[in-house]
Amino acid sequence: MIYREAGDFKTSYAIDSQTFSIRFDRWAYYVLLVVAFGVIPFLINDYWANAVFVPFLIYSIAAIGLNILVGYCGQVSLGTGGFMAVGAYACYKLMTAFPEVSILIHVLLAGGVTAGVGVLFGLPSLRIKGFYLAVATLAAQFFLVWLFNKVPWFYNYSATGQISAPERTVLGHAVTGPATTAPAKYLFCLTILFGLAWLARNLTRGTVGRKWMAIRDMDIAAEIIGVNPLTTKLSAFAVSSFFVGVAGALFFSVYLGAVEVTEAFGIQKSFLILFMVIIGGLGSIFGSFAGAAFLVLLPVLLKNLLVGQLGWATDLAAHIELMIVGGLIVLFLIVEPHGLAQLWRVAKEKLRLWPFPH
Amino acid sequence: MKKTFATIVAAAIAAASPAAADLVFPSLSYRTGPYAPNGIPYADGFADYMTLLNERDGGVGGEMIQVPECETAYNTEKGVECYESTKGMGSLAYNPLSTGITYQLIPKVSQDGIPLYTPGYGRTSAANGKVFEWVFNYPANYWDGASVAIKYLLDQNGGDLSGKKIALVYHNSAYGKEPIRTLQELSKKHGFELIELPVDHPGQEQKSQWLQIRRDRPDNVLMWGWGVMNAVAIQEAVNIRYPMENFIGIWWSGSENDVKPAGDGANGYKAIAFHGSGMDYPVYEDLKKYVLDAGKAAGDGSNAGTVLYSRGMYAAMVLTEAARKAQEISGNSAITAAEMREGLEALELTEERLTELGLPGFAQPIKSTCEDHGGPGSAMIQQWDAAAGAWMNVSDYIEADAEVLDPLIAEDSAAYAAENNIAERCN
Repeated sequence: MIYREAGDFKTSYAIDSQTFSIRFDRWAYYVLLVVAFGVIPFLINDYWANAVFVPFLIYSIAAIGLNILVGYCGQVSLGTGGFMAVGAYACYKLMTAFPEVSILIHVLLAGGVTAGVGVLFGLPSLRIKGFYLAVATLAAQFFLVWLFNKVPWFYNYSATGQISAPERTVLGHAVTGPATTAPAKYLFCLTILFGLAWLARNLTRGTVGRKWMAIRDMDIAAEIIGVNPLTTKLSAFAVSSFFVGVAGALFFSVYLGAVEVTEAFGIQKSFLILFMVIIGGLGSIFGSFAGAAFLVLLPVLLKNLLVGQLGWATDLAAHIELMIVGGLIVLFLIVEPHGLAQLWRVAKEKLRLWPFPH
Repeated sequence: MKKTFATIVAAAIAAASPAAADLVFPSLSYRTGPYAPNGIPYADGFADYMTLLNERDGGVGGEMIQVPECETAYNTEKGVECYESTKGMGSLAYNPLSTGITYQLIPKVSQDGIPLYTPGYGRTSAANGKVFEWVFNYPANYWDGASVAIKYLLDQNGGDLSGKKIALVYHNSAYGKEPIRTLQELSKKHGFELIELPVDHPGQEQKSQWLQIRRDRPDNVLMWGWGVMNAVAIQEAVNIRYPMENFIGIWWSGSENDVKPAGDGANGYKAIAFHGSGMDYPVYEDLKKYVLDAGKAAGDGSNAGTVLYSRGMYAAMVLTEAARKAQEISGNSAITAAEMREGLEALELTEERLTELGLPGFAQPIKSTCEDHGGPGSAMIQQWDAAAGAWMNVSDYIEADAEVLDPLIAEDSAAYAAENNIAERCN
C-alpha cells in the first residue's frame, strides 16, 4: 500500500534517475542516515563501538571494495587480506613519517597506495580468467604477507614485527590510540563509509560501472562494442583496492590499534570478505552491507546469546556458533543462491503488490 | 530488524554481568582452535584455583571470586571483543595468555586503569615499572628465558660457546620474535652463530625448517613455539633423528601435550620452566576434595598437575595474593582495579607464604617494586622422561644475564615511552 511507485511523479531527469525511486525507500534511507549520524553517537559505548559497529563499518568498506571487483567486474580475487595489509602498513608508515598531517589524509593516501599495488597485481587479469586469476591473486596474498614480515623497514624495525598506531586527532578528537572515545571512532569510520558507499553506488551506475558489468557478462562482446578491457579491468582493480586499502588502514589504526600481519591479514581474512560478498549478493551495494552484517554481527549475537543468556560453556558455544553460522550460510545459498540482496529484492517486489498479490 | 537485534544483544549483555561486589578476574581463554591443546589446561588451572579459594575459604578476604570466561581462540579481534565485554564488570586484572592480545591491551588497560598480568609472556620490556605502570610480567619474561637457555648451554659446554651453531625455531609472530634481539646480543657476546627459522601460524608445516636443520647441523636448537607447532616440531626433530637432549624449548613449548604425541622419541627433550609441576604439592589434597571430586572443576579434571595447568594455577595464585595485599593496603575488602594495581606492585611472595598456600618450592619468591615489574627472572631446565611420563628437573634456578638484558629493557621501554609520551614514574 505505502510501498509503491504510484503517485510519485518524476518531473526531471535527475529525479527520474535517483538511487531510491520509491518515496518510502527514500524516507527509510534518510531516517537511517539521521539515526546513524545523529542518534547512535550519543548512545554508543566502548563495547558497542569496538565489538559491533566499528568492525561492521570497516568490513562493509572492504566488502564493497571486493564486490566492485568480483561482483561488478567479474574478476575473482583471493588477495583481499594482502591488500588490506598494504593499506594498514601504508597508513602506519605515513602516520609515523608525517605525524603533522591529518589521519584522514593518511587513510585516503593508504587507499591510494593500495590501489597502485592492486593495479600491479591486476595485470595478470588481462591474460588469465576465473579460477586461474583466483590463484594469481592468492599469490599476491601470500607474497604481501611474507613481505611485511620479512622487511623490517615496513614495521619501523620494531623488535616484534608488530605495528601500533600512535594517537592522531581529527578536529581535536582522538580517533586512533587508546584515548579514542567510542563516538569518535564510530563517526570517523561512518563518515568514510558513507563517502565511499556513495561513491561506489554512483560509480557502478555510471559509464565506468556499465563497462565493468559488460566485461563481467561477456568480455569478448564487450570488447567488440568498444569497451577497452585493459583500462576497464585495471580500473576495477584500482577502485576495489582503494576501498580495501582504506578498510585495512582503518582496521589497523582505528579498530585494533596494533596488528601483526600474519594474524590480522592472513588468508582467512580474504575468505571472510569473499564470503561476505557471496552471501550478501554479488553486484549489489546493499548486499555488501548485508553480508558484512551477517558475518560480523551474527557471531557476536550468538556468543552473547549462548554464553551470556543461556550460560553455556565457552568452548561448546564457540563450536555451536561455527555450526550455526556455517549451517545458515548453506541454507541461505540453497534458498537464495543470489544472496541476501536478492532476498531483499524479492521482498520489495512482493511489497509493491501487497495487499493484492493477483 | 536492527532494532530487535540491538535489544537482544543489550539484554544478553545485561544478563552476563555478575553482581558488582565480587572480585572479578576475567579469563580470556581459548578452548577452540589450533592453540586449544595449550589453552585448555591453562584456563582449567586458573579457574580451578579460584574455585578452590571460593569453596574452601569463601574467596579472598571474605569476597567471593568471579571468573567470567570469554573465548578468544587466540585471535586478537575476539580478544578485543572479550576485553570490551568484560571490562565493565568491575574487572580487577587481565591475563589473556596471548602475546598478540597483550600488545593490543597494553595501551587500552593503561587508559582504562586496569592491571594486566602476563606471567612469562607479553611485552618483555613491561618489566620496567617506570614506564609500564599497569603491566606486570613477573616472575620471568622471554628475554630471561633466552638468557637462561644460553647460560645453561654455556654450563654444558664448559663456559665456551664460540664457534657453536644454535638454531632458533620460532612462531612467526610477535611472540616468537621476542627473543631474537636478546639472542643476537648474546651471540655477539659469546661468539656463537644464530640461525633463525620462522614457522608460520599455525605451525603444522615445518618440513623445510627441519630440512635446513638437518643440513646445517646446529649444535643446539631452541624453540619458541605454541599450540600444535610444538608437537609438530618435536615430531620432526624425531624424524630427522636430531639428538633430543640438544633441543630446548621455552616454557610455552614444554608441556605434556607437546611431547606425548612423539612417544618415546621425545625422551630427553628439554624445556625451560619457572615453576614446578606434578601433583606432589599439598594444595592438591584440597583441590581434590573441594573442586575435582566435588564436580566443580572447570574442565574434565584430567589436566590437573600438568605443566600448563600448574601455570594457570600459578597465575591465579599470584593474582589472588596480590588482591590480598591490596585489601591489606586499602583496608577494605571490595577493592577496585586501581587498588589491585597497588597490590600487584607491593606484592611480596615468600617461600613461607608458598608453603602456607600448599605450594612449597613451587616457584621463586617474588618481590615487586615500583621500578621492577619483572621479578627475579630466573628459571630452571626440565627434561622429559618418556618412560615415566613426567618432567624431571635437571638444573637449579638459573639467573638471567642482567648485564645484557637490562640495557635492552631500558632501550625498548624508552622507545615505548617516547612513542606514547609517557613520563617515567618512581623518581
